[in-house]
Amino acid sequence: MKYLTEYRDAALTRSVLEEIARTVRRPWVIMEICGGQTHAIVRHGLDQLLPGEIELVHGPGCPVCVTPLELIDKALAIASQPDVIFTSFGDMLRVPGSGQDLFHIRAAGGDVRVVYSPLDAVRLAQENPDKQIVFFAIGFETTAPANAMAALQARSLGLHNFSLLVSQVRVPPAIRAILSSPGNRVQGFLAAGHVSAVMGYWEYPPLARQFDVPIVVTGFEPLDLAQGILRTVQLLEAGDPRVENAYSRAVTEAGNRPAQAVIQQVFEECDRAWRGIGTIPMSGWRLRAEYSDLDAEHRFDVGGIQPQESPECIAGMVLQGRKKPSDCPAFGGKCTPEHPLGATMVSSEGACAAYFRYGRFAESAA
Amino acid sequence: MQGPVCPIPLRHDEQVVLGHGSGGSMTHNLVRNLFYAAFDNGPLLAGDDSAMLDWPEDGRLAVTTDSHIVSPLFFPGGDIGRLAVCGTVNDLAMVGAKPLGLTAGFILEEGLPIVTLQAVIESMRLAATEAGIRIVAGDTKVVERGKGDGVFINTSGIGWVPFGREISGRNAQAGDVVLLTGPIGDHGIAVLVARGGLALESDVLSDVAPLNLLVESLLSTVPDVHVLRDPTRGGVATALNEIARQSSVAIQLDEAAIPVNPSVESACELLGLDPLYVANEGKALIVLPQAQVEAALNLLRSQRYAEGSVQIGTVRAAPAGRVLMRTAIGGTRVVDTLAGEMLPRIC
Repeated sequence: MKYLTEYRDAALTRSVLEEIARTVRRPWVIMEICGGQTHAIVRHGLDQLLPGEIELVHGPGCPVCVTPLELIDKALAIASQPDVIFTSFGDMLRVPGSGQDLFHIRAAGGDVRVVYSPLDAVRLAQENPDKQIVFFAIGFETTAPANAMAALQARSLGLHNFSLLVSQVRVPPAIRAILSSPGNRVQGFLAAGHVSAVMGYWEYPPLARQFDVPIVVTGFEPLDLAQGILRTVQLLEAGDPRVENAYSRAVTEAGNRPAQAVIQQVFEECDRAWRGIGTIPMSGWRLRAEYSDLDAEHRFDVGGIQPQESPECIAGMVLQGRKKPSDCPAFGGKCTPEHPLGATMVSSEGACAAYFRYGRFAESAA
Repeated sequence: MQGPVCPIPLRHDEQVVLGHGSGGSMTHNLVRNLFYAAFDNGPLLAGDDSAMLDWPEDGRLAVTTDSHIVSPLFFPGGDIGRLAVCGTVNDLAMVGAKPLGLTAGFILEEGLPIVTLQAVIESMRLAATEAGIRIVAGDTKVVERGKGDGVFINTSGIGWVPFGREISGRNAQAGDVVLLTGPIGDHGIAVLVARGGLALESDVLSDVAPLNLLVESLLSTVPDVHVLRDPTRGGVATALNEIARQSSVAIQLDEAAIPVNPSVESACELLGLDPLYVANEGKALIVLPQAQVEAALNLLRSQRYAEGSVQIGTVRAAPAGRVLMRTAIGGTRVVDTLAGEMLPRIC
C-alpha cells in the first residue's frame, strides 16, 4: 500500500535504530502522547529494539480512556431512553461505566449504533424525524473538526432531533499538566502526528521552552516512530529543547486552518475532567452558547449521576506515564478485555489493551 | 383438471408467505419445485423422513453443523447459499473427511421474494456440484416478517474419514511448519464493504470456496498432514490460537510472510482492523512436518484456491498455548484471540 509499505521497511527502520544506539549516551524517558503510537510501538515490537538507555512511557492520548466516567454514565442513561438512537464510534461501546457498557444497553433493547463519522449520525437524524439522535462527540483535536461540522450541518438542516454529548479534549494542556506534576519523569515528547495534522505545532514552542523539553511531531509507522525517537534523542543529547517535525509528509506548522476555523466556530475552550487524571484547566472544548441547544446534556435530564470508579484500577497513573500496565496487580487477572476495570483495557488506543493484546505480561514465558 | 378460478388470483409464488412453512401443500410445492429441482438426487427424492446413504467400509464418521446468517445475502464473490455449502464442506475437509451428504435447514422470513430464494438455491446447487456433494435432506420454516433477516440457513454435513487419517488440531508438534493457502481477510472485508454505510468502495471479492477437492489432492500426495483448519470467523489469529492450545505448543509466525491483498490491507488500515482477525471462507491453515513442506507447497500451488500458498510460521514447544509473531522490523509480539468483535477505532 502506497505511503504505508515504505514506512514499514524493515531495513530502513533498523538503520535508524542503529543510529539511535550510536547517538544515545545517557538514560532518557520519552513519552509518546498518542495511544495509536503506543499500539504501533508494542505491535511492531519497536521498544524491544531500542537501546536500554531509552524508556518509552505511554501518554494520555487515548480519547476513550480519558472520557470521564460521569459522562459515560450519562451516555448509558441517554442510550437507555426510548425514542433515542444513540450513536458512537465503535471503540466506545465496550468502555465500562459505573455498572454497564453500551453493549449491555443495546442488549437490553436500547438503540445503540456504531457510526464511522458524526455526519452519518446527522443523516440518521434526517431519516428518523420521530427519534432523538445523539452522537457521543468525544476525542482529541482529530475528531473535533468533524464533530463541529456535524453541529453546523444539523443547524443548517434545521434538525431539532440531533444533539451531541461532548467531551472534546486537547493535547497541549495535557502535556503541560504532565510536565507540571510533582512526580514527572518525562524528558522528551513524541507529539501525536494526527493531532498535529489538524492543529499544526505552533502551540508547542512555549511549552518546550518553559519546561526545557524537546517535542518532536511523529507519525505512526515503525520508520516514522524510529525517526521521531532518533530526533528526540539527538535533541536531548544536545541539550536543545526544540520543537521539530518528523512527520512532514502529513503535518505543517500551521496545520489545517479551515479545520481549526470550524472548531473555533462551534466550540470554546473550557476546563475538562480527564478520567483517572482529574480536571485540567482549559484542556477541552464545549459547545459555544449559540450551539447549546445541540448539547445532549441540556436536552436530556441525566443529572444526579454518582459515578463509581473501580478502586483497583490504576489507569490514571498509566495515562500519566507514571506506571506501566504490567505494574498493575489487576492486569491480565481481574482486569481483561472481557472484564475490564478501566477504559485503558478496552480501547484500541489504550495502553493496557496494547499490553494485553500483544502479550506483554507473557514475556518471561516467551 | 381446473377447479373454480378466483377472479383476482392470490399470488403466492412471488414471495415467501407464512403458508410456505405450514407443512401443507404450499410447503410441499415449495420443496418440490425449488429444492428437489435444484438438489436432485436419489436419497433426497426418496422423500422419507431421513435420507439413507451407503456407508463406505473401513472408516470413521465425521459430523459437523453450521448456521449461516449474513447480511447482505449477496456480496461480491458469493452469497449465503455458497457460504452455507462451502462452510460445512470445509469443516468436513478440515478433518480429512470425504463429504457424503449435506442437510440444509432454511428459516425464511415472510415476504422474501421467491426469486431471491431461487438464486440462493441455485448458488447452493452450483457449490455442491463443484464440491461433488449431495444435499440429501432439508427443512423449511417460515417466520413472520421482522423476525428473520431474509434467509437463515443451517447446514449439517456427514463425511467419511478413511482409517489411518489422523488430522486434528491436537496434532501439531514442535518442528512442524505452518502453511497458509493464500491471502487473508478477503471474505470479511468483502462483506463489510457490501454491508454499506462505510462510504467505502472496494474491489475485494469474498474467497468463499469449497476446499475438499484441494484437501484430497494434498492428502493423496502428502498424507503426513498433522492439522488442517479453515480460518473463518476470528481469522488466522484465532484459528492458530485454537491449534496452539489444543496441541499445547507455541506457534511462531513471520509477519512479513503473511499474504494480504493490497485492497484488504488498505481497507483494514482505514477502518483500524487487523487482517489477522478478519474472516476467510476459502483458505486453509496446514500444519505438517518440515520434510513435507516442499512437496506440499508444490502440490498446493498447482491447485485452484491454493495458488498463493506460502509458509507463514513454525511450531515450537514453548510457550505452550501461545501464538507469537516476529514482526517485520524484528520485534516479537503475542498474537492473542480477541475478547469480542473487532471494533473500529476513533482516529
